[in-house]
Amino acid sequence: MEAISKSVKKMDHDAKVSGQALYVDDIIMDDMLYGKMLRSTKAKARIKNITLPNISAGYFVVDKNDVPGENKIHVVEEDMPVFPVDTVEYVGDPILMVVGPDKKEIGKILSEIVVDYEELEPVFDVRKSDVSFFHYNYAKGDVDKAFEEADRIITETFETGHQEQAYLETNGLIAYPHDGRMTVRGSMQCPYYVFGAVAKAIGYDKKDIQIIQDVTGGGFGGKEDYPSILACQLAVAAIKANKPVKYVFDRREDIEFTSKRHPSICTYKAAIKNGRVTGMDIDVTYNSGAYTTLTNVVLQRGIIGASGVYNITNLRVTGDAKKTNTVPNGAMRGFGAPQTFFAIEMMMLHIAKELGVDSLKFKEQHMVKQGDATSTSGQFHFHVPLPEMIERADQLSDFRKKRELYKNQTGRYRKGIGISLVYHGCGFTGSGERDFIKAVARLKKNADDTVEILISITDMGQGAKTTFSKIVADTLGISIDKVIFANPDTDRVPDSGPTVASRSLMVVGQLIKRAAEKLKVQWKSGEEQMIEEHYVHPDFLIPFDINTFHGDAYPTYSWSVNVIELEVDTLTATTNVLGAWGVYDVGTPLDLNILHGQMQGGFLQSIGYASMEQINYNEKGIIRNNSFSDYIIPTSMDVPNMVTDIIEVPYIEGPYGAKGAGELPNVGPAPAYIDALENALENRINHIPYTQEDTMKYLQEVAK
Amino acid sequence: MIKFILNGEEVTSNANPNERLLDVLRNEFRLTGAKCGCKEGECGACSVILDEKLVNSCMVAMGSIEGSTVMTIEGYSKTDRFTVLENAYAAVSAVQCGFCIPGMMLASERILAENPNPTEEDIRRGISGNLCRCTGYNAIVEAIGIAAKEGKGLW
Repeated sequence: MEAISKSVKKMDHDAKVSGQALYVDDIIMDDMLYGKMLRSTKAKARIKNITLPNISAGYFVVDKNDVPGENKIHVVEEDMPVFPVDTVEYVGDPILMVVGPDKKEIGKILSEIVVDYEELEPVFDVRKSDVSFFHYNYAKGDVDKAFEEADRIITETFETGHQEQAYLETNGLIAYPHDGRMTVRGSMQCPYYVFGAVAKAIGYDKKDIQIIQDVTGGGFGGKEDYPSILACQLAVAAIKANKPVKYVFDRREDIEFTSKRHPSICTYKAAIKNGRVTGMDIDVTYNSGAYTTLTNVVLQRGIIGASGVYNITNLRVTGDAKKTNTVPNGAMRGFGAPQTFFAIEMMMLHIAKELGVDSLKFKEQHMVKQGDATSTSGQFHFHVPLPEMIERADQLSDFRKKRELYKNQTGRYRKGIGISLVYHGCGFTGSGERDFIKAVARLKKNADDTVEILISITDMGQGAKTTFSKIVADTLGISIDKVIFANPDTDRVPDSGPTVASRSLMVVGQLIKRAAEKLKVQWKSGEEQMIEEHYVHPDFLIPFDINTFHGDAYPTYSWSVNVIELEVDTLTATTNVLGAWGVYDVGTPLDLNILHGQMQGGFLQSIGYASMEQINYNEKGIIRNNSFSDYIIPTSMDVPNMVTDIIEVPYIEGPYGAKGAGELPNVGPAPAYIDALENALENRINHIPYTQEDTMKYLQEVAK
Repeated sequence: MIKFILNGEEVTSNANPNERLLDVLRNEFRLTGAKCGCKEGECGACSVILDEKLVNSCMVAMGSIEGSTVMTIEGYSKTDRFTVLENAYAAVSAVQCGFCIPGMMLASERILAENPNPTEEDIRRGISGNLCRCTGYNAIVEAIGIAAKEGKGLW
């Protein structure tokens, strides 16, 4: 073990454990008002007229007419308005905001507003959508020839559902005008995303915008794009009121109206010759919802990962993101990868079953290794540790033996065990780091010889404050209590990019490491010093072209093997997870406790994704599962035996050899869970979530 | 006027009997350690100890607590038991985003108060009303087990 891997007490521990940490809902400002949205009750409609009641003094209605800048929210595209102009595109589209001092009075005003809609025909089924927001395709090898020469062709379609991030702290912000400037503070992952969006919406000069992250109660992608949206709306309200305006969502509002993981439909066609997959033709469709938010980037990651960890030399992949009149989807941990990795893992499993061969052996025969081409004709430049990870997972779980044992079971209780092999591309897709993000990081040494980390990376629970501080303390050889890492404030920190894409430690951590090395050489005790570092693109990469999807989409990859063992009660259709084992390579761990915590948390989220987390719409496009009573996430009772283990393949460009980690555990568990369920039920499953109801339906069908 | 004992001190509140204890703690007494995660008794982020029972304070009407004893994280964090527990949480880095943690600490306290030598199953059951989306629960379960060992005699 490297010395840096040894865990320390987390920097944010004391404040959080004692209840003293202030989240945005805990902050009260003088003269602060509250906001609440009037949301569309129609999935697609033209707004003919809005009738307002008498509104008492001190209360305001804020809408499209109040937007001083451009009525556009800058995410990647700018198709979402701050407030809709004359049409609404999903149930929940924020028509206007009522602002005032008392929440009950705000509620009363909202209930008395009458909106006259001209209803239009909405589209809920992505298959019926004829609006493709984004269309991509790429190919390599000779796919047509592979299919012509195939001795067997297997086609199957896989579907995945929405997933709600379900951070325990809902989205919430405060906007306040002061001295001709606008400050927005609160729960967020990406202060500079919010910064750019607010500047555009209110038309202020960038020097007059300040964004501050407060202690953030979980993000998982759900606070990547959404805070930009709410910040624009609140900043407009704060200008009109000329007072601070706070808006913290209640849980139902958060589940129904904030962005989620995209549902997907993936059709895989495989050419088989002599027992091997010789080609694949893959069609990927993501349901974007009503606006684009981050969908293009999500879809890019999804289609790049469509062939999983397998070396498919003849490959054609098409990706579409379609519009539906449902809540816009955005980022969730894994960012487009869990959908296609579910599909490819199930496809490889089902092909093996069709061919009557052992599915793990079949996967191993197709696995990539160092030097192989990636799906996009880049290269796996570094060691691929899957073989030793499979062995470790087998040792921990006894997978191979149990797989044999669980064949042909009878009786009420039936066990199953499943396995999945996945990677996660570390950092932004393609040349995003070089061309768009251009990360800057600073270290400020104070006269008292404390050192402050000045970056825009946020700690939302994943431990950034601790791991970054460890890098600085270790490199400089100073005590960690001499290192300061305050919540980012755009007045004080440069733009080091967003806290997303498993990039923070690998990319920005490396800048901080370099800055610390420089500071060490230049160190002058008792003096103030500032060191600034800029992103440098690794020089070993095959340049990536986003138009042709050709080249190295990622500089390196994190790897994971997941095994899940479960037992189905065929009378009640309940499924108990008996064991869950995850083996991970994320390069050198920068703190083992933090790393295991990340892997375990992600593992459980993904088991939830596979088994219980479900969003359904009614015929009007209203989400039915809008509370923790109906949108069920795992509790402490659901997966009692979860084991995580680490294999280290250090990465030359990462600090101490670290690679991306945060998203990896969300990519693989779903197909391992379904593989196990198939092992127990002896059926074929092609969608998630596969809930207790699905199991019951299946059992009733076989009983017929 | 509703009188009750809050973190060891007798207090009175002018809240309506139908107001939620959570809102009164946060707004009237400015004790913001109890968090609102769902406001329907599902997540446990607002857990407090009411007359030696763990409750979701969003589900407790003020009219029902006359004469009762309420302990929030602000009061609990001044106790020796808290110190043992928080050291155990620190040792295994069980705190991630922290939003569930005040409630989780009070749930931990009740587990150990009811059974100083809990099994892992007891611990998992004891925190099953407190949702955590970050940790997968392993570290929290481990921390409570460590506290049970380190805090011998305190519970």
